[in-house]
Amino acid sequence: MNRTLRTRRQLVSLVMMGLSVVATLFGLGFLALILGTLIFKGLAGLKLSIFTQMTPPPGSKGGLLNAIAGSLVMTTGGVAIGAPIGMLAGIYMAEYGRGTRFTMIVRFINDILLSAPSIIIGLFVYEIYVAEVHHFSGVAGIIALAIMVVPVVVRTTEDMLLLVPGTLKEAAAAMGLPRSIFIRRIALRVARAGLITGVLLAVARVSGETAPLLFTALSNQFWSWNINEPIANLPMVIFNFALSPYKDWQQLAWTGALLITCAVLALSITARVLSAQGTRK
Amino acid sequence: MTAEPALVQKVTIRDLKFFYGDTQALKAISLPLYEHKVTAFIGPSGCGKSTLLRVLNRMYDLYPRQRAEGEVLLDGDDILAPTTDINLLRSRIGMVFQKPTPFPMSIYDNIAFGIKLYERLTKSELDQRVEGALRSAALWDEVKDKLKSSGLSLSGGQQQRLCIARTVAIQPEVILLDEPASALDPISTAKIEELIDELSAHYTIAVVTHNMQQAARVSDYTAFMYLGSLVEFGETPKIFTAPQQKQTQDYITGRFG
Repeated sequence: MNRTLRTRRQLVSLVMMGLSVVATLFGLGFLALILGTLIFKGLAGLKLSIFTQMTPPPGSKGGLLNAIAGSLVMTTGGVAIGAPIGMLAGIYMAEYGRGTRFTMIVRFINDILLSAPSIIIGLFVYEIYVAEVHHFSGVAGIIALAIMVVPVVVRTTEDMLLLVPGTLKEAAAAMGLPRSIFIRRIALRVARAGLITGVLLAVARVSGETAPLLFTALSNQFWSWNINEPIANLPMVIFNFALSPYKDWQQLAWTGALLITCAVLALSITARVLSAQGTRK
Repeated sequence: MTAEPALVQKVTIRDLKFFYGDTQALKAISLPLYEHKVTAFIGPSGCGKSTLLRVLNRMYDLYPRQRAEGEVLLDGDDILAPTTDINLLRSRIGMVFQKPTPFPMSIYDNIAFGIKLYERLTKSELDQRVEGALRSAALWDEVKDKLKSSGLSLSGGQQQRLCIARTVAIQPEVILLDEPASALDPISTAKIEELIDELSAHYTIAVVTHNMQQAARVSDYTAFMYLGSLVEFGETPKIFTAPQQKQTQDYITGRFG
């Protein structure tokens, strides 16, 4: 090979490799910085009382129990409502409406909803629900989170069902299996790992959201199981406490942020492991 | 030769045309499938033999732009008629595909699943039917100790026999085999061929194959297709030793295709 050509290619390769490494380090560096700060500051306040005491007034001791419980209630509620709707829609799009114009339109709108800023969804629920009933509430928060869950689950459900081999569908049809039985007993089983992954990712996505809760669930300094009232939740508590001038509140905000990050991390890892298992089969 | 029972036309194909959208894939095909006989379909890739098979159980119904014209009679009833109950039809005409397609469930459930779709049986009756189906697919001895393990854990050849067992289990009248051995090693292929021979005692069988020796070994009748037309149909020994058409002769002697 021509000698100068070879040197030039090696040089280009070297430069490109260098740029790629710098770009990777840039991204990873900031991630490490953020996580490092979070762990350093968050761990400092992590003690048992975080999980056993309510959010305190400034200057006194307390924890995050009501916020943790509120977040669990609203995330569970939002997923319990949003995931089934999303799955049914995804099943329709992949099985009954595959390739139709209607499915294409639904998919397009769903993709828009998927990337819609979450604050818009918060404002939307504020307009149609909070403004009508005249008070913030856990219900409104659940509605907002459910609206955020739906497009994620629609997308993953459709994608996963489209991956079910056509040969399997033909084999089932060749035995005279009605489509509904094929979907329930075979397609959903083949796609199970992917579907669970989709739901977990949806949970991870909504559990850290502040914007949709700002206009819906608001927050609450006290313990409340009543979802018709404002409910405390981690993102809002972090938001409020972090902006406050009080040192102990700021500390609680750091610890809350660490908790959410760990929860999301655990969910993401579980989702990864599940989908890896799913594809290996 | 002993007195053969009279041949019965289990399936009668008359003037069958098939279209993928605007492309015609089958041109006025007419031939019978005789009861309890094996009919092989041979011909170069794209000649329409698989398409023909997929008309017989109306597999093409899964796809919107495909349609068939003409008549396909099963015991005298036209299965192409819009009033045909497709799921019932497919319980009478079973199909095994080129690639093994076990369902993602246990070996036992792979078989029992189809049976439970059509019949209500007690546990012991079901057990017997599953065993019977696995035996008739020559798979029982290999899997009887692991009926609860996944159908996907079997080897390719075993998976294909599982699919045959699954098809046999719902007691169809006709079995369609679309290149059932082309993805398998020689030993598994030999087992499948033996099986086809045994099954023909109870079922009417149509098999598509690329392998002419296989067609010659397993079938009683052979249909040679080319470019969507039926070139020649007749008893297998005749087709392979004294074909009437030059195209048939060229193909079986390997001069084209």
